[in-house]
Amino acid sequence: MSTVTASLEHGQSSSDWPMPDKGVVGMVSLIVAESAIFTIFVIAYIYYIGKSLSGPTPRQVLEVPVWNTVCLLSSSLTMWLAERSLRQNAMRVFCGWWALTEALGATFLTGTAIEWHKLIYHDGLTISTNLFGTTFYSLVGLHATHVIVGLIMLTLVLIFGLTGKLKPEHSRRVEVLSLYWHFVDAVWVVVFTVVYIVGR
Amino acid sequence: MADSTYPIGGSLELPRVEQPRTWLETLQDWVITVDHKRLGLMYMGYALVFLIVGGVEAMLMRIQLARPNNGFISPEVYNRIFTMHGTTMVFLMGMPMLIGFANYLVPLMIGARDMAFPRLNAFSFWMTALGGLLLYYSFVGGVGLQGAGSAPDTTWWAYAPLTERAFSRGHTMDYWALSLIVSGFGTVGAAVNLIATTLCMRCKGMTLMRMPLFVWLNLVVGTLLLVAITPLTAAQIMLIIDRYLGGHFFDASAGGSPVMWNHFFWIFGHPEVYVLVLPAFAIANEIIPVFSRKAIFGYPAMVAASVGIGFISLGVWAHHMFTVGMDSTSNAFFVLSSELVGVPTGIKIFNWIATMWGGKIRFQTPMLFCTAFVIQFLFAGLTGIMLSVAPFDWQLHNSYFVVAHFHYVLVGAIVVCFFAAFYYWYPKMTGKMLNETMGKWHFWLFILGFHMTFDLMHIPGLLGMPRSIYTYEADRGWGGWNMLVTIGAAIQAIAILLFFFNLVYSYFRGAAAGPDPWDAWTLEWTTSSPPPVYNFAADPVVASRRPLWDLKHPEDTDSRYE
Repeated sequence: MSTVTASLEHGQSSSDWPMPDKGVVGMVSLIVAESAIFTIFVIAYIYYIGKSLSGPTPRQVLEVPVWNTVCLLSSSLTMWLAERSLRQNAMRVFCGWWALTEALGATFLTGTAIEWHKLIYHDGLTISTNLFGTTFYSLVGLHATHVIVGLIMLTLVLIFGLTGKLKPEHSRRVEVLSLYWHFVDAVWVVVFTVVYIVGR
Repeated sequence: MADSTYPIGGSLELPRVEQPRTWLETLQDWVITVDHKRLGLMYMGYALVFLIVGGVEAMLMRIQLARPNNGFISPEVYNRIFTMHGTTMVFLMGMPMLIGFANYLVPLMIGARDMAFPRLNAFSFWMTALGGLLLYYSFVGGVGLQGAGSAPDTTWWAYAPLTERAFSRGHTMDYWALSLIVSGFGTVGAAVNLIATTLCMRCKGMTLMRMPLFVWLNLVVGTLLLVAITPLTAAQIMLIIDRYLGGHFFDASAGGSPVMWNHFFWIFGHPEVYVLVLPAFAIANEIIPVFSRKAIFGYPAMVAASVGIGFISLGVWAHHMFTVGMDSTSNAFFVLSSELVGVPTGIKIFNWIATMWGGKIRFQTPMLFCTAFVIQFLFAGLTGIMLSVAPFDWQLHNSYFVVAHFHYVLVGAIVVCFFAAFYYWYPKMTGKMLNETMGKWHFWLFILGFHMTFDLMHIPGLLGMPRSIYTYEADRGWGGWNMLVTIGAAIQAIAILLFFFNLVYSYFRGAAAGPDPWDAWTLEWTTSSPPPVYNFAADPVVASRRPLWDLKHPEDTDSRYE
């Protein structure tokens, strides 16, 4: 029979009774929920393709954001490299890769900002112009919101890393955060395909 | 004895620091708590408050409809009242109640110290609470333009384009949408917590197939919430974009499609029905075996049926939309998928009957409510099968027949099971038994009122009385039926008042319960009543589905048969 002190350990991670990591399960659940939100917005986008009563149309104004996409997708790779260095206790390398991940994410956001600026001020497409505007800004904006949230979390981890508070034993928690970031990247593949390839 | 080695009533001999406490300190304790039991009780208290609010709204409607050409409340107020009644009962009563019971019981049943994320748990509760405040604030702050109304008045499914700015002026729809988004965040947090707790916090020996069915059902509910609440959140965001930023999602004049809202709403709305009814199954699954003195019949079949209902419920939403005008392929698909739900629910009903069959049934109040639940849920299911047939639905859509059908589920199955759960677990939560005499009165009055209201409500529906109408002409022949329905509703109200009185009375005057008043078998009954903050002094170890049976009957443990 386990002792009283053992019960204060929350019954987790005892070696003879392995349970899934609650951080991972919680994040996966959140990702499932988020996927459902994105699914609804993607369905709305696909359903309304070509149903706008007035211009501008996607073909007239959208350019395929190749550079943006490359940046965001490669940030998943740099994040994976950062996690590996964290596990090996190479903290400086970790901070380097982690900062690069953030820079790539920020580049993506800047790219989106430039694109939106052009669409609004040059092409006159706002969220209320037509159905394309409504669905485009909602879907891409929803994704960009997730990138912003991710960047805030990444910055927190970077601050902890630079101030020496982050230790290899925290790698499990960083992994949980990275799941979120990989999800945001994966969603971009869907958004990119729907908005810039199918819808254009 | 098998390796079930946990102490009954195990509590640590901690030195109790009894300081005189002001009510302000006690209040602060409750506000800042992250304890799953306190949060569970707060969820339940919150739900009970809104049970009264929603119940008063229901009574107002029933008084208005009791006689033809009645003018008890104005048509505008009537629209607001039925919108608020629906929204309140689903989002502010039903879901907080089920989350409250799950919060309180799931960690205890799986032998855990707390939920997986206690602070997320507190956050979820306060988000849900804020959602309710936002919705009811619209009574105060919702007046935008002259005559624009002071509460949402678009029905709880809020079909577009009625919700667009042009038709719903003022801010009432905004409060409605924001309230559901905010409480939706709380619900998703609770769902994440439930899933992580169930999968990661089980005590030693508690394999998935040894979990109490209550925990299994709530795991399915958690998963359903993840994929059901979020489409509603997405649709509400679209609605807000339409209303505030001039978007065109549901704006037909710019090419948008109001039918999209129907789909998005019911993609949420139908799984939501199962989110609400599965906890009722969960409660019945615990109570019926204990009061029949038999292990649940067909445990694996029950688990499979629960998961099956979860899956099927995601593919039936458009049976709410037969009259919208879909093509015949869609109609056929949704008819068949809806009828398919009858198979796993049928399995469950047979298993409950088989559990009772040959048992030594003790008809105490929890069991009385559960017995009524099985019968009433069967009737509700039968009218459900009728309505799932598209041509039948074309005839009766939006009639009182439909209202009677879904209230048969929501009241006859879900509310009745909540009552059973209160009688069953109140001793655990407070240490006092609920008064049995009052419980019996509550049961018989409520059942009488329920059947008078909702059995008879089918008839004006068949006679063609549409739902959501303010009043009706005397020559339709609906007047007598409606009067009887209203009298039934009043009897239910009296029964519920008696229940509330019992809750308060028994807290002060009830008999002491002891740790295990029902001679039950799941882990929560090993703790003292109410359980200590840390739940279990030592981590329990279980070897079967009925750990407490094993402990009480070491000569004949379940673990030998499972």
